[in-house]
Amino acid sequence: MNLFFALMFYVATALFVVGLVRKIVDFARTPAPLLIPTTPAPTTTGGVVLRMAREVVMFESLFKSNLWIWIFAAMFHVGFALVTMRHLRYFPEPVWTWVVLVQPFGLYAGLVMAAGLAGLWARRFLVERIRYISTFSDHLMLALLLLIAVSGLGMKFLVHTDIVAVKTFFLGLMMFDIQPLPDHAGLHVHLFCVALLLIVFPFSKLLHAPGIFFSPSRNQADNPREVRHLAPWAAKLEAKN
Amino acid sequence: MAGPEIKAPAFREYPTIPVMQPGSMAGLKPFVANDKVQEALGFPTQLAENWQDTHDAVIAKMGELLGKYRSLKVYMDACVHCGACTDKCHYFIGTQDPKNMPVARQDLMRSVYRRYFTPAGKLFPALVGARDLTREVLDEWYTYYHQCSECRRCSVFCPYGIDTAEVTMAGRELLASVGYGQKYSNEIIGKVHKIGNNLGLPGPALENTLEGLMEDVKEDTGIDIQYPLDVQGAEVLLVTPSADFFAEPHIESLIGYGKVFHAAGISWTMSSKASEAGNFGMFIGNYDQLRKIAMRVREAALELGVKRIVVGECGHAWRVAYSFWNTLTGVGAGASDPFAIQLQSQLDHRYKQPSHICEFTWDLIQRGAISFDKEANDHRIITFHDSCNVARGSRMGDAPGGQFEIPRSIIHAVANKYVEMRPGTTHEQTFCCGGGGGVLTDDLMELRVKGALPRMETIKQVVDGQGVNFLATICAICKAQFSKVLPFYGFKSSMIGGVHQLVSTAIRLGDK
Ligand code: SF4
Ligand code: SF4
Repeated sequence: MNLFFALMFYVATALFVVGLVRKIVDFARTPAPLLIPTTPAPTTTGGVVLRMAREVVMFESLFKSNLWIWIFAAMFHVGFALVTMRHLRYFPEPVWTWVVLVQPFGLYAGLVMAAGLAGLWARRFLVERIRYISTFSDHLMLALLLLIAVSGLGMKFLVHTDIVAVKTFFLGLMMFDIQPLPDHAGLHVHLFCVALLLIVFPFSKLLHAPGIFFSPSRNQADNPREVRHLAPWAAKLEAKN
Repeated sequence: MAGPEIKAPAFREYPTIPVMQPGSMAGLKPFVANDKVQEALGFPTQLAENWQDTHDAVIAKMGELLGKYRSLKVYMDACVHCGACTDKCHYFIGTQDPKNMPVARQDLMRSVYRRYFTPAGKLFPALVGARDLTREVLDEWYTYYHQCSECRRCSVFCPYGIDTAEVTMAGRELLASVGYGQKYSNEIIGKVHKIGNNLGLPGPALENTLEGLMEDVKEDTGIDIQYPLDVQGAEVLLVTPSADFFAEPHIESLIGYGKVFHAAGISWTMSSKASEAGNFGMFIGNYDQLRKIAMRVREAALELGVKRIVVGECGHAWRVAYSFWNTLTGVGAGASDPFAIQLQSQLDHRYKQPSHICEFTWDLIQRGAISFDKEANDHRIITFHDSCNVARGSRMGDAPGGQFEIPRSIIHAVANKYVEMRPGTTHEQTFCCGGGGGVLTDDLMELRVKGALPRMETIKQVVDGQGVNFLATICAICKAQFSKVLPFYGFKSSMIGGVHQLVSTAIRLGDK
């Protein structure tokens, strides 16, 4: 069991990192031949950074388009972010101060995250249009995330596990020294799903996370009359005449 | 011709999201380009005899496009199926066909992308909604990528800015590249290459038309206002959609431009070579065509030795001119080929190059160089329809949003009675007229009528509520579409007109 999880986490981390880096390099290398920001758009790079920050932190466009999705999405993402921060305590020794400080928030965040996920999933059944566009993988993704949340909360509120041993396991993992993992079904489900999440990340719609930073309609400055924007393959056409 | 059997959908009491009617528009396809039309643009004339050849060609081309356009690549990967865009498309609202929901339109291609270009789709197609490319899929692309006006409304609302217009353009590019082009757009592009404009008006006909126009204006105003063609050394080259030369109500705006130049005392000319501001190369998503058409303007500007380039009232033309011309032809700054350098040294860089006619007129108004009798427009209660490509794909003036403020400022300067349509349907959230992006053809009349529904509803509110009787726009396609479609909804087609038609009515000539 220990070995299985250790291997799984090595493989998952490797796939996650390699897959994601490859994809990001791919996005970055693909040229954007025409200026296509959705206007009105900022005219300067500083403005673009702000626009992007509003999109990433506050989901500005989503707020304008659908309040329900925005609420559930915000619940999930904020919850997920806090929970992730809370979990950072499993990796460094001693634990960083700021990670100690977020611990109490992280707990409620777990509940909020689960509620947000439930809301998002309910929409896939209840709203005709969203039912129509949902694929099987859309449901599975929500199931996976919800399972992570529920199994995690279960360990907090129902059947505790030996978190000191869990930490020892992960500290060991980082030193390539495999330590025993507590024999706890909830924990096993939790860890298995997290590893699975890492694996599917670079191959699924979770690519929206890096994708948004490369979206030309959001990351381009609106300055075509002042600055010439020319992709390498388009520049080759110039040479021809 | 459009049969009388096409009926406008009923106005909704409240603009609620309609229920879906799967397949309701599956039967509507525009005419396919014939061999001659395809050949003129260098596209294959027919689909390959053997399906496998077509299949392979599409997949190869798709790989090429994914490598050339970051937009396409990121948009294929980033969608989370959140559904925020599902109720934002006028074609979905008007037709209730779920494949006209922006995300569903993208998924027509995304499903194929996943199957051939992603590990998940190669291994578990059913799981991630991936599917093989079949003839049926290709037909479906043809149908639904010609039921999108590339208006970008969906991209405003998507949390990642996913712009379905980019997917539609890629779809059309794929189709045309394997011999399955659209007649309407490709035929028009052929005319531009051959004759110089979308309508296929040759130079002499143009000259005649403009002479006749001069006489008409003289009769009307008693003043000799020039509508010059191919005048060497003029200060301004005006590039305008060819519909302005004779279609109603477009021509009223052309009359207006002439009066503005006359009143301001600025010499100007139009060009028989660049007698078209429109650029359907964008509609079919083909960079080469886009560039070739844009080059005509650069050539004309060089030949005529003008100092400024001004673009007339046309939505997509302004997007192409504002956002793409500098990239395509080096009209503004930064290009290094000899012609671009010559053009840049010739143009007067105190002015933005190119400028929109509204920027031009507004600048004159602000400087007091032209003045108006606003009362002349008092018989009109005016509202302004923001055209998609101007609103969401371009800018005017110095600050973001100038594309909304400047046309409105002009209207306020030339008329007294103005009403805004319902918030959420103007500015960057404007609803398409239903005829943009290469669907302004009779064979898609049903789509045009139904797709106009959300815009018509907001028009009805201001007509019933505030007595609006004039719908001002700055787009040749909007003007043509509204003239045709307004009657289906019980409005007079004469209520549509250009901003410079209003300018034309109120401008003081002669004394200044
Ligand atoms: S670009 Fe416009 S027409 Fe096309 S899918 Fe988006 S909203 Fe609909
Ligand atoms: S709003 Fe964007 S991410 Fe959401 S379903 Fe539409 S295209 Fe996909």
